[in-house]
Amino acid sequence: MIGLLLRRVAGAVLVLLALSAIVYALFYLAPRDPAVLTCGKGCTPERLADVRAAMGLDESALTQYWHFLEGLVTGRDYPAGPDVRHCPAPCLGYSFETDQPVTALLADRLPVSASLALGAETLSVAVGIGAGSLAGLRRFRFLDPLVNGLVLAGYAVPVFLVGLFLLLLFCVRLQWLPFPQYVAFTTDPLQWAQNLILPWIALAVILSATYARLTRAGLEQALGEDYVRTARAYGFPERRILRSRALRGALVPLVTLTAMDLASLMASAVLTETMFGLPGVGQLLVGAVNQIDLPVVVGVILLTGFLVVVANAVADLLYAAVDPRVQLT
Amino acid sequence: MTLLSVRDLRIRFGATTAVDGLSFDLDEGGALGIVGESGSGKSATALALLGLHTGATVDGTLEFAGKPITPALRGAEIAMVFQEPLTALSPFHTIGHQIAEVYRLHTGASRKAARARAVEVLRQVHIADAERRADAYPHQFSGGMRQRALIAMALACRPRLIVADEPTTALDVTVQAQILDLLDEVRTTTGTALLLISHDLGVVAGATDDVVVMRRGVAVESGRTDDVLVSPQAGYTKALLAAVPRPSSRREITGAPLLRVENVRRHFRQRGFRSPPVRAVDGISLDVREGETLGIVGESGTGKTTLARMMVGLVPPSSGRITLGGKDIKQRRGRSVQMVFQDPMSSLNPRRTVGESIADPLRLQGHATPREEATRLLERVGLGAGRYDRYPHQLSGGMRQRVGIARALAPAPRLIVCDEPVSSLDVTTQAQVLALLEDVRRERGLTMVFVTHDLAVLRQIADRVAVMQSGQVVELGEVADVYEQPQHPYTKELLAAIPVTDPVEARRLRADRRALAQRAG
Repeated sequence: MIGLLLRRVAGAVLVLLALSAIVYALFYLAPRDPAVLTCGKGCTPERLADVRAAMGLDESALTQYWHFLEGLVTGRDYPAGPDVRHCPAPCLGYSFETDQPVTALLADRLPVSASLALGAETLSVAVGIGAGSLAGLRRFRFLDPLVNGLVLAGYAVPVFLVGLFLLLLFCVRLQWLPFPQYVAFTTDPLQWAQNLILPWIALAVILSATYARLTRAGLEQALGEDYVRTARAYGFPERRILRSRALRGALVPLVTLTAMDLASLMASAVLTETMFGLPGVGQLLVGAVNQIDLPVVVGVILLTGFLVVVANAVADLLYAAVDPRVQLT
Repeated sequence: MTLLSVRDLRIRFGATTAVDGLSFDLDEGGALGIVGESGSGKSATALALLGLHTGATVDGTLEFAGKPITPALRGAEIAMVFQEPLTALSPFHTIGHQIAEVYRLHTGASRKAARARAVEVLRQVHIADAERRADAYPHQFSGGMRQRALIAMALACRPRLIVADEPTTALDVTVQAQILDLLDEVRTTTGTALLLISHDLGVVAGATDDVVVMRRGVAVESGRTDDVLVSPQAGYTKALLAAVPRPSSRREITGAPLLRVENVRRHFRQRGFRSPPVRAVDGISLDVREGETLGIVGESGTGKTTLARMMVGLVPPSSGRITLGGKDIKQRRGRSVQMVFQDPMSSLNPRRTVGESIADPLRLQGHATPREEATRLLERVGLGAGRYDRYPHQLSGGMRQRVGIARALAPAPRLIVCDEPVSSLDVTTQAQVLALLEDVRRERGLTMVFVTHDLAVLRQIADRVAVMQSGQVVELGEVADVYEQPQHPYTKELLAAIPVTDPVEARRLRADRRALAQRAG
């Protein structure tokens, strides 16, 4: 068990190292110089050199990367005019654009993204499993075309179209809801939910379709299994067979998918965040890429990578918990 | 008193009739066997008894203790034991939980009482350390133990009838004997009636009082097991009995060794760097003489298939040497050695016609007229030129195995290695394929290695036999010697487990096994 844990952590660290290295490499291949952008109009070569030094860009790429890694582990000091700014570990540096610590920026944005992702995922799983189970039952066969249609629509329609439609319907036509504006859960839970409900629905329309299809297929397969026949032969009522035997089998593949989806939603629901004006991680990333704001880009990518790695581990654990045949190695 | 009464049972799947007017009775505490080949409707009958058909129309009168059979009887009064114990148990729940669940469903007992009952029935089917093993999942049990667990589940509610559908088909021969003995023991100790369904006359012979022989949905003969299997009346029953493999006359083999296996090992590495390798074949030396048929027998996991694959060069040995006519097998692949595989369905390309599959090795050799030669081979194995353009799925199992044999013969090999070539076939088809193999062997002067788990088949076809256990040959000798005077305890155990079709002999063997077990325990 401890060996397993060590292997997993070592693997995660390697993935994150590789990710950050790739981002650094890409950054130095980019044709634009962030120092020029920061320096602004009327920049003299002397000032540009100063800016470079302040941003740490005067060193070689490899040295910069090394300093970055050092900062992550031990913290780092930045020259700021005559003084020195200390950035405590884990230090991801300061944004070129706004001069704020990247960690602070992320800490600011993450709750927004997490709220969006968790809510959307919960809603999708509930709707997906519900609709999928219904469609998988013989009695509700007639729902099949409906679910299939929804699945296709979910795959085909982009999220901003769904979002736009929802906004038009609920905020403009019916005026049931205000235009979304993020309110922290800790400030007012009710307003938090009220403002997030539309983005949740927009994402769930698309995600739940996949889950419904997977549940339906899994259920159909499970109902044909020998152990379901055994349960019937021993007189178990159909409803109980569905609950304790068939659904269990159908849910196994769903577990992995859900965990991975959750991780990717946290960092890359850019379209939804933009559509509904949510200041989340996705928006931060897009802005940073446009401004060649290296510390922020690296910070967001590392956060994403970290989430994916964690989600992966959680998925594996859940997988082993749901199916006793699975052994973690 | 009659417990189960079936009158004029008809089962139809759409336009095809699976069972056509079947009637039989089973007395309280009695044992009835239904025997027939695949497609005879015997399993459809079992499912109909419990109302488990989903896509079929079932007509006729099914009565249990004088009343029509209702779903409420399922599990409580009539319990079923299925063929595949791995898939028949839920992989997500522990064995004990599944048994307890059945007990609670029908008795409303408390969790604790149900658990106690589960442990009790597991003990009754001789699961060692039942208290602890009840918490194991099905995949942590061996095949035989899983089947015991299923029987325990059947016993949980003290049913009056157990329906066992091919309960031993997926099991090794020694395990099969144990399960059949267990079913017999359960019947005598609990007074439960047994309906035993099997394709194997030997399985039915020792375990039942009465028997119904089915063919294509109709009972062709029924009566006391002792009468039907000893002096059958119906032609089909006679044919079935005649198809059971029987000893052949002794042959004098004078040929020099053709295939030499010298101290061969094959180990497979396991996942995880500290786990020891699987020693599939662990130091085997033997010769196959020109013109002889060497039988290799063993249960699953004894390494016999690995050995067979090494003999044709499909798997390289980890150490040791295999030579054919003095040359290392590595350099002689293809032409001089060929293999006939166990499952012709998966060893034939489903997207190629069977004729093409036979012609392929000929083309590889640069044969001038591959199509003509392949057609000739098809005719030789009894299929007719018309089948050249058929695909594997359009043929029956027996026909597919004939194609497999034709393909092996195509490059005109000197040695054919057959790996379980008849184990997936019905007994009459099995007899035909064995006869075909014997014919072509004689005709072409072939040398043959015949790998099987079935001792009865080997006795008919082999000249010498090698008994394998855990990767080693524990006994090797002339067939007659090994079968008459087995030396190794494992060989004795195997021989005692062979199902025989003579009911009297079957009962005697069971008594022998019990005595052996008592002495051991």
